[in-house]
This record gives sequence, C-alpha cells and structure tokens, in this order.
Amino acid sequence: MRHIRIKRIEEKIFKGLMMAATLLIVVSLFMIIVAIVKRGLPAMSWDMVSKIPSGGFYLGKEGGLLNAIVGSLYIVIGSISLGLAFSLPIVLYLNLYLPEKSRLAQFTRLSFDVLFGIPSIVYGAFGFTLMVYLGLRSSLFAGILTVTMLIIPILIRSIDEVMRRVPKEMKDAALSLGATRSEMIKPILRQVAPGIVTAVLLSVGRGIGDAASVLFTAGYTDSIPTSLSQPVATLPLAIFFQLSSPIAEVQDRAYAAALILTFIVLVLSVAARFYSRKFSKNKI
Amino acid sequence: MIQNLLRVEKYVDSPTEKLKVMREAQNQADGDLILKAHKPHISVRNLNVYLAKNHILKNVSLDIPDKAITCIIGPSGCGKTTLLKTFNRLLQNSLDVKIDGDVLVDGENIHGKDVEVENIRKKMGLLSQRPCPLPMSIFDNIAYGPRIHGIRRKKTLKIMVEKYLQEAGLWDEVKDRLKSPATSLSIGQQQRLCLARGLAVKPEIILGDEATSALDPISSKKIEELFVKLRDQYSIVLVTHTLRQARRIADYVIFMYLGEVVEAGPAAEFFSNPKEKLTKEYLDGYFS
Repeated sequence: MRHIRIKRIEEKIFKGLMMAATLLIVVSLFMIIVAIVKRGLPAMSWDMVSKIPSGGFYLGKEGGLLNAIVGSLYIVIGSISLGLAFSLPIVLYLNLYLPEKSRLAQFTRLSFDVLFGIPSIVYGAFGFTLMVYLGLRSSLFAGILTVTMLIIPILIRSIDEVMRRVPKEMKDAALSLGATRSEMIKPILRQVAPGIVTAVLLSVGRGIGDAASVLFTAGYTDSIPTSLSQPVATLPLAIFFQLSSPIAEVQDRAYAAALILTFIVLVLSVAARFYSRKFSKNKI
Repeated sequence: MIQNLLRVEKYVDSPTEKLKVMREAQNQADGDLILKAHKPHISVRNLNVYLAKNHILKNVSLDIPDKAITCIIGPSGCGKTTLLKTFNRLLQNSLDVKIDGDVLVDGENIHGKDVEVENIRKKMGLLSQRPCPLPMSIFDNIAYGPRIHGIRRKKTLKIMVEKYLQEAGLWDEVKDRLKSPATSLSIGQQQRLCLARGLAVKPEIILGDEATSALDPISSKKIEELFVKLRDQYSIVLVTHTLRQARRIADYVIFMYLGEVVEAGPAAEFFSNPKEKLTKEYLDGYFS
C-alpha cells in the first residue's frame, strides 16, 4: 500500500513540474506579445502600413513602414522559393536514391545539422564576403541569397525528418507496380505535404525575423526596390534602427514594426495550416 | 506467352541445366501432377542471399507452378519474405545485400544484365502484410499503375478502374465514392484495393506476404476467396504462417526452415504424406 502511495505522489510531482514548465513558457510568450501590443498599438496607424518613410520619419515625423514590410516579404518569398528549389531535390535524393545507411547520406545530414546551429550573423558575414568577391553591392538579391543559406538547413532537416517517416511499405507498393524512382516522387510528396508546410513555416519565421543576416547584405533604404540589384529595407532592421533612437516616439514605432512582423507570421501560419489540411486529406 | 515458353525451352537446352532439371525431375514425386500440368512460372536455382553477413537463404532451389496457388510455409524468420522479395527485386533496395544464384521468371533471369527491373516488377503484383494504399483517392490508387505505364485517357482509366475494382470484389462498395481518400476504407477493403491496384498493371504473378494476417476473419476470408477465383488467370505465391490457410487454398506447398527448403510438393500429397521428419513435426504442431 505504502509503495503505491509513494508512486501516486511521484506521479503528482512530475505532473506538477510539467504543468509549471508549460505555464512558464506560455506566460512569458504572452508577456512578450503584451509588451509589443501595449507599446506598438498606440503608434499604429493606417499610415504606418501604407506609406513609405518621408523625410524626418526617424525623428518622429510623417511616414510609414511600407518599405520594410514589402522588403521583408520580398526577401522571404524569394528565399523560400530559392530554398525549396534546392532542398527538395536534396531531400529526395537522400531518401529515394541513396541506399539506407549510405555514408554520403549520413555525412550530408550531419553537415546540415552543423549548418543549422551556425548563428545568423555568420551567414551575414559570409554573404558579405561573397558579395565583395562577386563585386555586388548590398541588394535585394544578396539579401535573398543570404537568407536562403540561413534557411536551407531548416528546410532540409525538417523535410528530411518527415520523409524518413514515410512507411517503407508505401515505397515498396509504388515500386512493385513498376514505378521508377522518379515516378515514386508524386505519392511521396503528397504524403509529406503537411511536413513541407511546417518546414516552410519554420523557415519563414526564421527568415523574416532575422536581422543579422540582412544587416550587411540587404542594406536599408526608404524606398521600395524595383529590381533585384537595389538595396531593400526589412522589418527586423526597422525595429533595430528605431529602437536605438533616443526619441520615445520612434521607439514606439519599433514596437509597431514588431507588431506588424508578428501579425504577418500569424496570418501566414493560419493560412498555411488551413491549406495543408486540404492537401493532406489523402494522407495515410 | 509462347515466347515465354520458348525461353523456358531455351533455358533447359543448355546441357548443364538440362542435367539439373532432369535430376530434379527424378527427385520429385511421381505424383507431381501440378508441376506437370503447370509449367514452372518462377524457377529458383541455387539461390543464396546474405543480409549484412547473415546467410538468410541457403542454396534454395524450387519451382513455382504457373496458374496455381503456391503457399510458402514455415516458422517466422525462415526466409519466406526474403525469398518473396527476391522475386521482384525489392531486396536490392537496402545496402549490404548479396544475392547469388538464379531466379528465372518465364525462363528469364531477373538478375540478368539487360533486364529492366520495372518490367520484372510490373509482372508481379505485391500484397503486403498491412495494406498500404497510396496517399490518393480510391480512383487514383487504381489508376496510378496504368498512368505510370503511359495510359492517360480518362475514359480508358475509368473503364480499367471499374474492371479491376470489380475483379477485387470492391466495386459495389466504393462505386459512389471513388473520389474519397483510400484511407477512408476499412482495412479489409484497403487490402482488396491494393489487390485491385496490383491487378491494374496486368501482372502474371501475385505475391502475397502474409496478406491476410492483419485482417479480421471476414475480410481475410474474402481475400482468400479472391485468390481462389483468380488462380486460373494468375500464378499466386503466398507466404503464410497459418497452416490452416495453406490447407484451405494451396495447390502447391513449399516448406522452409532456417533458410532452406525442406520439402515441396502438391498440396494434397504434402499434407497427407509428408516425406521429411521436420515437415511432419511442423504439420503436427511440434513447433510453429
């Protein structure tokens, strides 16, 4: 009897610890959002999302953040497209073409694990070196390239994880119908479509919110770029620059920018979840 | 078909093989009617398979008769599934596999140099232990095979889907919801769907790897009945470790133990008059 009672108490303690941990994290996330809303909302106005900065914006005068909003979207759309164009073939090659336990596959996975952990400022510095070497100036193109390097490990490792979980029976089923490996890709992509959506979301979150990688490479400008070779503003940098201003009003605008950033990520997540459910209705 | 038979003849023409075949014919029981009536569809000669240094199949030689149900029985881990997977060359997908010896389908060595592996696999429909539908609708599951083999016309595909669903006894249950996901079917229906999907690429052989072991008794019976119905058109090879199933439907039985073929013969004779002591013990239930 006593033994069982001790077990019960143990169970309660562990349950309590888990609840406490969950609560702590949820509450602190909530507090961040509260802080952003509290300081950002008063500074929010229609101008903020519909106008580009006019002269003296950074001293608290007229204008908005449209340049940074559009810039961030350009960067993230460009780098997700470019990133997927590289990571999907890599993941398919690792999973469908290389034999199980192949040395090359193991080595590739290890490399991406390492790349995953490299801080974004290093990617920024690397991108900058590359730009200098190629004779590029800070531009939308350079920004997209650097953010792509930053998110490729995330895309690859998270798509790879779901693709490895595709049941072997499914591959065998397709193969035994006489499918070649490339004909197998279609059903497998359907199976992992929700996983790809998750991977893209993770990368959007990382790519759109990262300041260090675009600091040297994308530059900053008050206008909206019209070509890939022009510099581009981004929301994280807008936050960074305005936060370092001594003027309280400008600091509040940094919070407004953070609010916009959070909102964009939220909208993208909800939309992606909605569509991924549509895609995955046939999933095994 | 005639071409295939000619290939068998050609194969047997080589003097050493002729000797071997003759010797085997002598060794086989006189009442070996099945193999006389049904030419071998798959012939395995001195097959050795190693998986990561484990000797899984040891010098296996056997014949699978054409247009009959062959059951491969034996305790777990005796290499039944491995043998089945060598037939359609699915085994080669993993590293550390070494295959030695000949597997002849219609007299053609499937490990030959200019053999297209897709053609070999297309000849054989595979039913796995648990049904594994593709992540698509019911219709697309059946149409997947024909599509990859070049049939694009919607009308043709529709006709084929209906034909093979009917052949697998599933049409009446799904005809109103061909667009719903295959996973919305019960597991027994899924297995029949997989059978229909396999039939849709017009195979000659059906391979079943414990195809009924995950199913409830009623679904399992339906699948068995389908096998019996289909045996006039296809050579059916079933791996099973339910002896009773083999007794019910087998025309020809192969008993394997620890990677070796212990005994093979027509079902009636195999069950009533086993020659090997090990077979007798297995049939009597001393081990399973």
